[in-house]
Amino acid sequence: MSAMTQTTDNILAVGTRKGLWLARSNDRTDWLLSGPYFLMNEVASVALDSRHSPPRILAGLLSPHWGPTVVMSDDLGETWTEPEAGAITFPSGSGESLGRIWQLQPDSAARPDVVWAGCEPISVWKSTDGGTSFELNQALWNHPHRPDWGEGYGGAAAHTVLPSPADETVHVAISSGGVYRSDDGGDSWAARNRGISAYFLPDPDPEFGQCVHKVARDAGDPSRLYAQNHHGVYRSDDSGDTWVSIAEGLPADFGFVMLAHPRTSGTVWTIPLVADGERIPPDGELAVYRSTDAGGTWARLDSGLPQSEYNAVLRDAAALDTSEPVGVYFGTRAGDVYASADEGGTFTLVASNLPDVLCVRAAQLGSPEP
Amino acid sequence: MTGAGVRILLPDVLAPAAGGTRELSVPGTAGLTVGSLLDGLGEKFPVLERRIRDETGTVRRFVNIYVDGEDIRGLDRQHSAVGPGSEVMILQSIAGG
Repeated sequence: MSAMTQTTDNILAVGTRKGLWLARSNDRTDWLLSGPYFLMNEVASVALDSRHSPPRILAGLLSPHWGPTVVMSDDLGETWTEPEAGAITFPSGSGESLGRIWQLQPDSAARPDVVWAGCEPISVWKSTDGGTSFELNQALWNHPHRPDWGEGYGGAAAHTVLPSPADETVHVAISSGGVYRSDDGGDSWAARNRGISAYFLPDPDPEFGQCVHKVARDAGDPSRLYAQNHHGVYRSDDSGDTWVSIAEGLPADFGFVMLAHPRTSGTVWTIPLVADGERIPPDGELAVYRSTDAGGTWARLDSGLPQSEYNAVLRDAAALDTSEPVGVYFGTRAGDVYASADEGGTFTLVASNLPDVLCVRAAQLGSPEP
Repeated sequence: MTGAGVRILLPDVLAPAAGGTRELSVPGTAGLTVGSLLDGLGEKFPVLERRIRDETGTVRRFVNIYVDGEDIRGLDRQHSAVGPGSEVMILQSIAGG
C-alpha cells in the first residue's frame, strides 16, 4: 500500500431508508461508523462536495410525515443546517410540491458554487450558491415530452444529472423518459436515446420513454457515456446521439449501477442483477464487473463479497473515490456496505444490517502526504 | 377582537423547528382558522410550516391536525374555525415502518 493511502483520511456517506451514516478510515479498509443521522428520514441522495475543504455534505431527506428537505454540513457531520425556506421548493402557483430528492450533484471545479439536483416529480434544479437554494430548470419542466414520461417502480424522477467539465453540456437521465441532453447549460433539452431499447413499450425503439437506470461520463473523453438500463448496458461515443450495446460478457444486462473511473478513460464498473422480475445477483452470488476497455470485455470482481446474496444494489448505492488507486464502494438493500481500496480487487465489509442502502458517496479528506 | 389564547401542541420531533418548545400560543382572534393559524406560524417558524404543509399549502398526508380533539379532515379542513381558548394539536399519523 502506498504512503498516500496510509496517511490520508477518507469519508464515506451512506444514505439509507431510515437515516444517514458516515464512516471514516485512514486506509479505506478499517472504517469507523457514526450515525444514524436524521433517523427515520429516507436519505435518497447525498453529495460530498470536495470543492469545499472539508467536503461539504449535502443530503436529500424525506420524512414520511414531515416531507422532503435538503440539509448540509461543513464540518463532516458535527453540525447541520437547513435553509429556512427550503433549498428546493416548487415556485408559488405551480401547483406542484417536491416529492423526493433523488440526486445532488456538484458541478466541476470551474463552476465552484454550482450544484445540480434531480427530483421527483421529474425535475432538474440548479443551485449557484453551493446548495443553499435551487432554481427549477424551466426548460425541462416545460418540455413537450413531459406528459408522456412514465413512472418507474421507484417513482417518476430525474435521478441522474451529469454536467460536463468540458463545456456547457448537461445530461439528465429520467425513469422512465430516457436520456436528455442540453448543449447550453440547461436552456434547452433534446432526447438522446437512439440505440437504447425499450422492450416494455409497443415500439421498442422510441425517441424517448426508455428506462435508463444510471449514466456515467468517461474521464478522458467527456463525449463518451456509459448507461445501465432497465435491461441493456450501453456506451455512446457521441455524447448520447447514438448508443451501442456493451452487455456482452456480463452475466446479465439488468442492473442499476454504472460508475466511470475519475481519471482513466475506458474503465467502468457495474453490478449486474438477474432480470426485471427477479432483481437478484446472478446465481445469488454478489459480484462487481469491471471493464478497462470501455465495455469491450468485463472482469468479475468478487473477492471479499458474500457468495450468497439475494438483495439488489440500487442506482446510487455505489460510488468511487478519487484516490490512487480508486476506491469502489456500494451498499445493498440488506444494509451491507462494502469498500475496495484497490479498484474492486478486494472488498471489505464497512457496515452490516443497516436499513436498505439508497445512496453511497466517498471522498478523500485533505491533501495526501508525500 | 382578541379573546382567550389558542394553545398549539406539537410532537417532540417538531420542537426544534418551533424554537425548542412543544407548546405555542397565539391570540384567539375573530375569524381565526386552521389555515390562517398556520400562515401565522409560518411567518415566525418557516421550517415548522414546511413540515406541516407542502408548497401548495396542503397539509401533508401523514400529518393530522385536531381542533379541540376533532380531526380537521372531518371538519372543514384548513377552513376549520379556531375559537378563543381552543386547543390545536398537531400529530404525525400512523405511518412508516
